[in-house]
Parts: sequence; C-alpha cells; structure tokens
Amino acid sequence: MEIIRIEGIAKSYGNHQVHQNLTLSIERGECFTLLGPSGCGKTVLLRLIAGFETPDAGRITIANTVVTDPAAGIHIPPDQRGLGVVFQDYAVWPHMTVFENVAYPLKIAKRPENELKNRVMEIVEMVGMKGLERRLPSELSGGQQQRVALARALIANSSLLLLDEPLSNLDANLREEMRFEIKELQRKLNVTVLYVTHDQEIALAISDRLAIMDQEGKVRQIGNPWEIFERPADPFVFNFMGIANFVPVRRAGEAYLVGNGEQIIPWEPPKGDAPKWIAGFRPSDVQIAPQGAGLRGTVKRASFLGAMMDYLIEVDGAHLRTSIETHEAVARGLMFKEGENCVISFRDLLWFNADSLAEVVKQ
Amino acid sequence: MSTSTQKMITPAGNTLAPKSSFGVAQIMLFLSIAILVIVVAVPVLLIFFNAFWVNGEFNLRDVVKIILEPETYKALINSLIIASGTTLGSTIVGTFFAWLVTRTDLPYKTFMKSMFLVPFMLPSFIGALAWKMLLSPHSGFINKFFINHFGFTGPLFDIYSYWGIILVEVMYLFPFVFIQVCGALERMDPTLEESARISGAGLFTITRKITIPLVLPSILSGALLIMLYSMAHFGTVAVLGIENGIFNIPTLIYQRIHQSGGSFDSIRTGTVLATVLVVSAALIIWLQRKILSKGNYQIIGGKSFRPMELKLRTLRIPLFIFCLVYIGFTIVLPTVVIFLVGGLKTYGLPFTWENLSLKNYKFILFDYKVTKDAIWNSITLGLGAALITMFAGGMISYVIVKMKVRGKGILEFLGMLPFSVPGSVIALGVILAWGGKYGINLYNTIWIILVAYIARYMAFSLKANSAALEQVHDSLVEAARSCGASMWQTLKDIVLPLVRPGMLAAFFLIFLPSLRELTVSIMLYAPTTRTIGVAIYTLNEDGETVVSAALAGIALILIIVGDTLINRFTKKAGA
Amino acid sequence: MSHIRLVNVTKKFGEVTAVNALSLEIGKGECFSMLGPSGCGKTTTLRMVAGFEDLSDGEIYVGDRLLSSPERNYYLPPEKRNFGMVFQAFAIWPHLSVYENVAFPLRIRKLPAAEIEKRTNDALRSTNLLQVAADSPANLSGGGKQRVALARALAINPDVMLLDEPLSSLDPHLREEMRFEIKDLQRKYGFSIIYVTHDQAEAMALSDRILVMKSGVVQQIDTPLNVYTNPANKFVFSFIGLSNFLDIVCTDGKAFVRGSNAPLPENLTPPEDKRGKKALSLASRPSEIDFVSENTSGALRGVVNRKAFLGEIIDYQIKIGEQEIRVQKGRRAPGPEPGEACSVRMLRPFWYAGEE
Repeated sequence: MEIIRIEGIAKSYGNHQVHQNLTLSIERGECFTLLGPSGCGKTVLLRLIAGFETPDAGRITIANTVVTDPAAGIHIPPDQRGLGVVFQDYAVWPHMTVFENVAYPLKIAKRPENELKNRVMEIVEMVGMKGLERRLPSELSGGQQQRVALARALIANSSLLLLDEPLSNLDANLREEMRFEIKELQRKLNVTVLYVTHDQEIALAISDRLAIMDQEGKVRQIGNPWEIFERPADPFVFNFMGIANFVPVRRAGEAYLVGNGEQIIPWEPPKGDAPKWIAGFRPSDVQIAPQGAGLRGTVKRASFLGAMMDYLIEVDGAHLRTSIETHEAVARGLMFKEGENCVISFRDLLWFNADSLAEVVKQ
Repeated sequence: MSTSTQKMITPAGNTLAPKSSFGVAQIMLFLSIAILVIVVAVPVLLIFFNAFWVNGEFNLRDVVKIILEPETYKALINSLIIASGTTLGSTIVGTFFAWLVTRTDLPYKTFMKSMFLVPFMLPSFIGALAWKMLLSPHSGFINKFFINHFGFTGPLFDIYSYWGIILVEVMYLFPFVFIQVCGALERMDPTLEESARISGAGLFTITRKITIPLVLPSILSGALLIMLYSMAHFGTVAVLGIENGIFNIPTLIYQRIHQSGGSFDSIRTGTVLATVLVVSAALIIWLQRKILSKGNYQIIGGKSFRPMELKLRTLRIPLFIFCLVYIGFTIVLPTVVIFLVGGLKTYGLPFTWENLSLKNYKFILFDYKVTKDAIWNSITLGLGAALITMFAGGMISYVIVKMKVRGKGILEFLGMLPFSVPGSVIALGVILAWGGKYGINLYNTIWIILVAYIARYMAFSLKANSAALEQVHDSLVEAARSCGASMWQTLKDIVLPLVRPGMLAAFFLIFLPSLRELTVSIMLYAPTTRTIGVAIYTLNEDGETVVSAALAGIALILIIVGDTLINRFTKKAGA
Repeated sequence: MSHIRLVNVTKKFGEVTAVNALSLEIGKGECFSMLGPSGCGKTTTLRMVAGFEDLSDGEIYVGDRLLSSPERNYYLPPEKRNFGMVFQAFAIWPHLSVYENVAFPLRIRKLPAAEIEKRTNDALRSTNLLQVAADSPANLSGGGKQRVALARALAINPDVMLLDEPLSSLDPHLREEMRFEIKDLQRKYGFSIIYVTHDQAEAMALSDRILVMKSGVVQQIDTPLNVYTNPANKFVFSFIGLSNFLDIVCTDGKAFVRGSNAPLPENLTPPEDKRGKKALSLASRPSEIDFVSENTSGALRGVVNRKAFLGEIIDYQIKIGEQEIRVQKGRRAPGPEPGEACSVRMLRPFWYAGEE
C-alpha cells in the first residue's frame, strides 16, 4: 500500500526549473532512497513532502490525505503533517539537553509527564545514547548529535521518516556503522523511510527501492538495489552507481573491433546495425590473465589498494580498469607490474549506443 | 512500540491551509518598516528637505552659497583634514601594534593586547579634557612643568591645534584598526605564510608580500570606520578646537543651533552641513562594503598551528618598553589626571595631600542637583533606549534575516540607514521632526533625547541581533516545525532562547555607550535634561573644571565596571 | 642510495613525546609515506624535516647536508632548504594570480625574467593550468587550487617534495585522480616524496615504502604489500584495511571463541608461542574469508546476521558465538541468506595477544 503519492509536481526557483511533472509513489514500510548528483532536486523534493516548500503545481498525498495541492489551495503546514525529519547538519537545538531535544515533540503534543519520561528513555536507549541524556549537544560528537536527531524524529511514532543526507557530515567509519543502524531501526520500528543522498554506497546498503535522478531532476530508474546495479536502465545510471568502463567498439563487416585496433571483442555482438557502439562493464566484470584467449593489452598502471589490486589496462587505444582481490592475485600469480602484457576477457558486458557516451562524459 | 497508534495528519489539517502565518509576517514587516521610517528615515528626509527646499521650491543655489561661506567652508575642510590625519595615524598605529602582538615574540602579548583595547571604552571627549589639562599652552601641567623647570619660554606642545586634535583622536580611535587586523592575523591560516617560507622567502619578505596584502582589506575597512567616526566626531574638536577657532562640521552645527536658538538661517546651515555629512558617510560605507566584498579573501582554514613568530632579538626589549610607555601616556596618564583634578579643591592648586579630597565626588553624587540629574537622566535614558532598541532591532533583524515576505527589500534598505547617519545629523533631524512643526513637540523634554538615542543606536542592535540570528540555521526551525510545533511555538522555544545572547549583547552595546553620549545630547538638552556627557562638557565650559573632572571620573568608573561585567558575562555565555 | 636521513629524531612538546627516537633513510626518487591516526606524530615529523619545528634530539640530513641538529644548535631555516611543500588547506595566496603564485619562489630567488617565465610555464603546463594562469585562484575548485600548490612547489625543481595530507580536502573522485597525477609528476621530475596521510588506501597506492606510526613510535616500515600481508602487530593489522578480531579464550589447553562452547577446529589453532596465554585475538580480513561446507577443516560455525548488497561487493555480518565478524565477497560469489547457518574459513588467520 502506498504511503506517499507524488503527482505531477513542478517547482522552480526564478528561472531555474527544479522539477517538472514529477510523479512517484512510496510504499508503506519500505526504505526508499532518492539518489542523484548534487543539484538534482532530491532535497527539494524532500522539502516539498515535509511542507517546507510549496510546489508550483501538482499534488502530494500522504496516507490518503492531500497535504499540498496549489490548484485546490491546499497546503498543510509542516507541523501538522506528523512526519519525522532528520537533517544533514543534525539541527539539534544547542540550548536544550539531549533529553529536552528528544522530549520536545511530546511536550508540544502535551503528553503527561511520566509517559513522556518513559518514552524518552526508551527511545534514547534505542539509539544507543543511554546515560547521555543530561548532556548538551556541544558536548557530543557529530555521530552522537545525529543519534539525538534520529531519536527526536522517531519519538512521536510518525509512520514516515524523512532523512536528508543524515550521514554526509560524519567520517567514513561512522557513516558505515550508522547506515546499518538506521536500516536496523527502520526494520524494527516498521516505519517508512524516505532517504535522500548522493552517496551510492549508502543508497545500495540501506534501500529496499531507490530512484536515480539526473541533474535535470528527471527520474532515470526506480528499482531495488540489485536491479539498479545489475540492470541499469541507461549509461547514466550505470555510470552513477560505481566505477564504470566505457570502451568504444566499431563494426567492421560482421566483426566488432575494440578501440582503434583489429581485435574482436569476445562477447555477443549488440542487437542493431549501428556502426559505433560503447561496451560498458564494471572492473569486476573483467577477468585478467597473463596469457590465454581474450583481448591482448598492456598494464599501464598497477595500484595496490590493500584488499584490492587495481589495474589500468590499455587495449588498442582504449583504457579500462579492473580490480582483483589481493589475496587472489597473490595466490594465482596475477600481480602484474606496469608495462607487462596481459589478456582480458569479460564476465558481463552491456551494450550502449555510442551517442549516449557523450551524455555520460558530460555528467 | 506496543501502543503505537500511528500518528498522521489530524483531520482538522485536511482543510484549507491556515493563512494566519501569512498575516503575522505582514504585520511584523509593516511594524519594522514603520519603526525605521519614523525613527530614522523621516528625520533624515526632513534634513534633505530643509536643505534643498525653500518656500516649497527646490533651491540648489542657496545650498552652494551656504557651503561657500567662509565659516562653513572652513569647517568642511577642517573635518576633512582632521579625519584624514586621524585615519592615517590610527591605521599606522593600529596595524603596527596588531602585527606586534600577533606575529612577534614581544613579551606579555596577551596583556598588551587587552591594554590596547582599553581606549575603546574611554570616551574620547573625556580624554580630550584630560589632555587639555595636561597640554593646554599655558596652564597645562606638562607645559607648565617644562616652562618652570627647563626654562622653556613657550609651551612644549599646544594641544589647541590640528596636531593636538588629531593626536588625541588617534589615541582613542586606533583600536578600530587594531582589533580588525588582530582578528584577521589570528584567523589567518599559518600555512599561507609557511608555504611562502618553504618557497624561499624570509620573514620580512613574507610580511611585506604575503601577510600585509592578505590583511589589507581588514586594514582598509578599519581605516574607513575611523574616517566615518572622525568626520562626525563632536567631543574632541569641541573641547580642543574652540579656543583657536577650529570647527568641524558637527561642532559648527552645534554652535549655529545653540547660538541662534533655532532661527531659520541657522537651521538651514545646519541641514546643509548635515547633508554633507550624510553623503560622505554613505560614500565611506559604500567604499567599505566594496572593499570587503571584493577583497574578502578566504584566509581561514586547515589544521591550526601556531603562526610563525618573528624574533625581534635586540629590538625586543626596546619595543616592549615603547609599548609600555605608549600605554602609560595614552591610558594611565590621562585617567590619573582626571581623577586627581577631580579631587582638587580648586583648579590650579598643586597636587599635594592637603589639596586633594573626595569632597568633589561626594558633592556631585549627593548634593549637586545638576550632576545628580545628569547621572539619573543618563541611566534612565540608557536603560530605556537599550530596552526599546533591543526589542525593535530584534524584530527587524528577524524579518530581514529569517522571513520570506514580499517587500522585504524596502526593509533591508531602511535597515542600512542607521549605519550611515552620524549622531549630529540624527539630533538635527529629530529637532526638525519633533520640534512641534508637525504637531508633536518634544523639544526640551527628555523624550526627544530618547528618540534620538533609539535612532543612533539602532545600528548596534541590528548588527548584534542579525549576527545572532544568522547563527540560528534554518534547519533548527524546520526541525521544530516537523516536530509539530507551530510558528509561534517555534519562535518561543527555539528562536528566542537562541538569540537571547545576541539581544543581551545589543542591550549592553547600547546601554554602556549611552552613559557617555555627548554628540546627540548636546544638541537636544534642556536645563533639566542634561546627560552625564552634557554635564561634564558644560561644567567644563563654565570653568567648573574640578567638578567636571570629578564627574568624568565617576563616568569612567561606571563605564569600566560595566564593561568588565559585560566581558565576564559574554565570556561565560560563549563557553 | 639514501637521500634523506633522520637519525634518532625526537620531539617533545612539554611532557608529551610527539616523536620518539625516529631513525629512517629515504632513497633518492623514492615515494615514502608516513601513515597513522591523527596525533601519531607524522605531521610533526614532516614539519621537522621542513624546518618549521625544532628538534628535541637527533639530526636530519639531506645528502651530506646537515639540516637540523639541536646538539649543535644548528637549524637551516625553511626558506634555505630548497624543498617543495604542499599543504592540506592548499595555502594558495588569494591576492596573487595563479601565475604569480607559481612564479613566487622563482622571483624570491631573483632568477632572470626569461628563466622565471620558462619555469613557471613549465610547471603550469605539467599541472594543466596554462589556460587559467591569469585567473585569480579564488575561482578555482579545490582540485584546481591543489594543482596550483603543486605547480608552485614544482617551480624550483626541488629534490624533495613534502606533502602534508594534500588530498584530504578534496572529494573522493578527485582524490583518486590527483593521486595519479602526483605519481606522474614524480616520474617526470624525479623528486623524492615524503607523504603524510591518515588514509591507508592513498598511502598504499602511491608509495614505495610506508611507515606506520602510533603515538610517536614507529610500528613498521615496509613496502605496501608487505605491510598489508605481513603486518608487524595488531595495530598495523587493524589500521591497514578492514579487519575482524575474534576474542579467543583458552582453558585446559583448548581454545574457544568467547561465548561459544565448541572448541576451535583442529586446523585453526594458535601458534606455539601464544598457546600459554589465556586470552587471544584471532584476526582476519573480511575479504579473506570463504563460505565453505560444514565439514571443511578449519571452518567456524556461524549465523548470518545481515547481508547487504553494496554493488561490487556483498557485505555479510556473521555471528560466531557472541561475537560478530564481517565477510565481504565479490558481487558474483554465492553466499548464504540472512538468518541461515553457515560455515566460514579464514584464509590467512593472524593471532595476537588478547585483552584479559
């Protein structure tokens, strides 16, 4: 059952059109992520849902209640939408203790004192902040402040939680830890989460479904993490979700040749008869070997990254990257040095129209 | 989560959007505009109107004629000479000391830094009084000392001169540059200098080619502040200039209005002079903004290390002594003289124990009606102006910084006005507006001074309040709204507590200076509505030197105690 | 051939010893990284080499030239050391154009005008800045600013380049790109690099050798691959790459995962020298753990707590006894589902003393 329905939303600031006829719906109980580069309008969409901004046109329905519809003159202010919101900069009130921050929504709702107290302690413990209730935000680390913000958003039992890049101000380790915690809480409390981020790793880790938006605010693909990563709708999505290789391939008669050389690409030919194509694949789609069947190339750069070895390989003027787990490379004699020859083959490969590459490069 | 009744939209919410917040915003905007128009814009407009319109007709020729009259022309030139000299001197002194306490190994730097900020607190006209006692050509203590003991036939230095006025103003105004440059040098990323060093540059080259150019915007902005202040400065010139007939614009305005009892001609001259002041002030502020926006280099950031210190080596002790002597001469000596003279039985007696007592102090605090009234007036005026301005400024800043309302542009423009209108202009404008010509006559009452104070100090309040409001990030407010708090609840629970320190700062920023205010009050006082500043000045003019010095001493104590309290308080709030 | 030599270098700030008796030699043209958590003394060491900090003890040489020696009270000032240096916060002078920033060190050296122009343009060309030479650096992106800093350091053609976390103010994409650029410039100009960072991936990708430091004390100096595959101690193991630690309790000559009553399998036993200890720590890398069938030798039994698809890799959290370990497999590798029981085998287990 859907909890948020967004129909034909349009929003612009001055001459800058952020959204144009955007339609989207989010199911109850899922963790839905809006993923896109900065400036794609994902935060604006979240703010429209929260009620901090008003759309120029269109309608937003939350739990069967129309919350905004300029045509009908409806705009329910944010305080009456019953949502939990967590902001990128935490937005923890600096003059209130952890307890007061978390208790605020209940205080506004005029809940009895003892219920309020029990509930706050329960939720403070749930986010792992027990024992710190008397602290002021200035005495907390960034991660702890974000936990307070999360507790404050959760306490009113809102069934819908909006998270606006909540982890991007935290350092890498904490970010990794917190993303699993948020997912855990979402499952446990069975709330719907709308998560906004530009970080594809977080999006993949946390989402049940995600929508990929481009710079123009257009939704390119909606799907679960596996679909988005393994079955990208277009080169934009493919490129956005991780390191992507794009190798130009040209048709010569029946054969499809790589780069500017004469080697035939060892993969099924594309469907269609265009003369120029782009082969797209991930570093992990490439198998590298010292010799054997496949494309002959040269290792231009070998980078040891710890768990991974990262190679940049040139095949007839085309460059591509591949990576292999270090222990495997050591065990199987695949520690190449710069300048050595190698042979590559593919585990997977996607065909893109050659024109589409220009668009991706532009991004 | 056993009791989780999932809270969603209340049924009442599913109606038309409440328009109440819209109305509130409009009311606040209207009120804000009204306050600024009545308090600041109308007086200024009346000055322009009176300057350019005669008998309902636009008349530029008369304006030119007035400006070219020898006396007014002279005053304009004097203002320019004094302001330029003061600016130049203060900039050199301020930059030098700032560099000394932030970039060298001068001993006791923190102490030195706080001492160099003391002149900020001291009213310069009291300083001028002290220097008059020390260096007036014939009766000044120092001059007399040299004539009596070293056989000088004339004075060592005549304080009643351009040089005297400029020197005294430099002493009390250089902190404007000092504090700006200190701040810039302290915040500056040390690696900007280190990278020059590793590039092969020595410390003096770095100072010349990297450090000074990078803080140049701060130096210039401080310099322009001094220019603005000095152009419109009344006290020092009034105390030291009149003897030799040196007038600047504010003193000439005062003299004309004061002597002629408000005749048409004198008001006309006053308004023309005031117009010149406003225009030059606006020009200076425009220049300052331009410099700050263009040259505001991003020089903050990165890991923080101690910046490099220039080793002064053999100059270390001589420079240290120089600083001590400077502080002794500009701060300690004048202050001591004020208190000593305030304790004398009669002016002119030598400072011996028999001649000194606390009688004068007792007299002005408990017996003398003029000074008792003055102290009472200043305190009540200060409290009233500070309270009103704090709240009004808070509201205006809120509308400017936080609200999205149509028509805010007008308010933003009006909000800049208080910054560019000098005190004597405000006083004159207030006379025109509230002198009975338009139905309300507040002239010769304390209320007219209150109105003028509000206009004069509105800029301080706007500055402090908007700085505090800018710290309150929008997401803090939005977080409260999404927690279910209405706009008013958010204002009460989140915004107000967070800007309280800013409002309190505004209160003290107004209350303390108003205790020593002279420029505005001198134009508006009546026999019963003297302020402390007016009382000190008029008593001194009337030859009551010892009483005026004693009152100045009391004022100094009030100011120092107040400043210490506010420093304590703000430090605690900041921690 | 050793080029930069630190002999017994010690730095104390009051009571705190920031760097303790550090001795090392860096070869000509070598890229040497100092890696460690913040406050480990790596930046202090770099600043001592640069000449911004005095030493408490020891000596620093470049070639035969003595740079710093507290004993002889001799310090060559930084401006005389002829190093190139790049700082974390760029330290680009905003009042000078890109060109003037880069030309500054040459002008200080009072080189002839033609020479200045040639060298400045060379440095600008190497860093792809020729087009923006006349611009103010304020308009450049973070990456652009750091290029200016690099060009400025290159202009004097130094033998030694000191890099103080030069990439940590940049976003991840750019960081990788700049890393390669620095390496290319080194190849072209042949200078030695001392590189300070807290980012282990950056250090490994760039360096010929790595120094791992903790609280002012050297933990290991070795090639990146050796530091990763043969860490000297538990700290190095945990600091380089992702790591799992399982607490092991030994009683009656048998070892147990803490919180489990099944003894460790036969092929997974502590080395001789650690068997006497009561508490041990069993370390492994998440990428070096395989899912195996139940009766494989050396396998540990566990339950899948969490499985997350992260794109290129799938991240598992496996509960063993009362503890959790992470396992990371490539996106194609088969693996168990959440809630399922599974068996895991550590490919390269490491044993360290545990906390009792």
